[in-house]
Amino acid sequence: MAALSRKLRSVFKRQRREPSLWLNYFVVLLMTAFALGPIVVLFMNSVKGTAELGSNPIGFPRTFVWENYLVAWQRGNFATTLGNSSFLVVTTVLAQLTFCGLAAYSLARLNPPGGNIFMVVMLTGSTIPVWLYIVPLFMLWRDLGLLNNLWGLILLYSAGGAPFAIFLLRSFMLQIHPDFEDAARIDGASELQVLWSVIMPLAWPGFLTVGLMTALGTWSEYQLALIFVTDPELFPVTTSYAAFVGRFSRDWGLTSAAAVMLIAPVLLMFLSLQRQFIDGLTAGGVKA
Amino acid sequence: MQNVRAQRVPSALAAPSKYRRVNWYARPFFRKKLLPWLFVLPIGFLYSAVVIVPALTGISYALTNWSGMGSAQYIGLENFRTLFFEDDNFVLAFQNNLWWMLIFLTVPFTMALVVSFLLSRIKRGAMLIRTALFVPYVLPSVVVVSIWQNLMSPRKGLGLQISRTFGIDTFNRAYLGNPDTALFAIAFIDNWHFWVFLVVIFLTAMQSISPDLYDAAKIDGASQFHEFIYVTVPSVLPTLVFMLMMVAIWSFLVFDYIYLTTQGGPAGATEVLGTFLYKEAFRRFEAGYASAVGITMSFFAMLIMGFVIFLRRRGVEI
Repeated sequence: MAALSRKLRSVFKRQRREPSLWLNYFVVLLMTAFALGPIVVLFMNSVKGTAELGSNPIGFPRTFVWENYLVAWQRGNFATTLGNSSFLVVTTVLAQLTFCGLAAYSLARLNPPGGNIFMVVMLTGSTIPVWLYIVPLFMLWRDLGLLNNLWGLILLYSAGGAPFAIFLLRSFMLQIHPDFEDAARIDGASELQVLWSVIMPLAWPGFLTVGLMTALGTWSEYQLALIFVTDPELFPVTTSYAAFVGRFSRDWGLTSAAAVMLIAPVLLMFLSLQRQFIDGLTAGGVKA
Repeated sequence: MQNVRAQRVPSALAAPSKYRRVNWYARPFFRKKLLPWLFVLPIGFLYSAVVIVPALTGISYALTNWSGMGSAQYIGLENFRTLFFEDDNFVLAFQNNLWWMLIFLTVPFTMALVVSFLLSRIKRGAMLIRTALFVPYVLPSVVVVSIWQNLMSPRKGLGLQISRTFGIDTFNRAYLGNPDTALFAIAFIDNWHFWVFLVVIFLTAMQSISPDLYDAAKIDGASQFHEFIYVTVPSVLPTLVFMLMMVAIWSFLVFDYIYLTTQGGPAGATEVLGTFLYKEAFRRFEAGYASAVGITMSFFAMLIMGFVIFLRRRGVEI
């Protein structure tokens, strides 16, 4: 009895000391509904027919029109554009991790003469808006035959993300104790071998974060794709989806189904690797 | 070491090898100077080709009347003179950019500061709520725009639903088609996706606030509101100022959301510098003029950064 009353008293005491959180929950859940509501509507409308959308634009679907997905897949040319975007994402991520990984390792450990100047140039460059150099860049890419060329976009994306990737990877590598590498060097490993078999396994969270941010950014990129690729057969999903919405703007069900197919990979990636995503956001202060 | 060297000295007597392998790796110049640069070179070369060289040549473009084809004529600062004193569209675009900046320096910051503070107090379910809140941020701009274009459309969407359910027809309007509301409607759409980004940033900053400060405030009898004003906001002030600076810069560069919704219309009501430049460069093929616009935009972005750095140098603690 005494134990129980003591327990009760401690419970009440805690309740009195902790301020009530109902207001916090109310506001935060309201904003969560604001954030998720439109996405839920998007998923629900992706299986509605045109007739139902006229009478029931927001609510739960009464009949499920799964054909929307099939029609959107065919008319939106998704077989081609998903391939284009996947190629862009995979190649950009690989290029980014390889070349920025090499540079970051050198800047973190090998002390290239003038390395500091290189980093200052990179840092200054990352503050230059793309609008300043988009016209000369366009002309250069035209002269090099890189317009309407997915490799041209890959080069742009790799260069654009380079400052962020190099600085993030470098900061991860600096946290590794040099003894690990020295041990490998004494065993006769070359610098490339050190990077591959000592640094990579230890700094993998950095590589994962950079890879994730690059993948999400490349998948969602619109502005450069709009300017540098005008051939519909080479469109990534974003510009192709914008064109699709332009043609079928009246058919909300169809455009919603196409949107769901476009965002499904992004949502899966985000939900499975949230921590890396948040690390990347807070480290780089990037805006998509 | 000496002995090993000594044994190798009579190399002339050894059979001349056709394939004498040079051990580059053993040479200090290679290992200390060249190799580190070989690692940096690929991305350094690409970066200069994409960013540095075009950024520098852009300045020379802006002094010509080049159309992107054929020969260019040097016309000095004529492009800038036209831009500032004769081109009404530019002035309009610039004003809209200022409106855009004003909106984004206030609305998302207020929302994010309040919500991240309230969320930082919650223990149970906080992770789940945080994840749910962030989902709009990872959506591509094309999808965000298409979702809200449908929801804001007058003949379908939220307005229709409200008029059906409650019989109120005032919300059933073409927000994006009306010159008076279009810019705010687009800002609303962009903000729906953007403000949660600030929540992430502020939550991280709030995690490093010492709990002692809150305990001390509690002892003084502070309410949640007072804690927010006197403990939380001052503690995240450096982050807040940094993000204000970044958002001010970004607000000059906005393009996606405006181009995807209205392309600057109706009647130029949502024209911003980004869409203006895009049209000049890639529709009217005024390469020289568009470069001048790009330089002007960047100048304002740099001006904001310079202002913040100036304040920091002067010892203002932000």
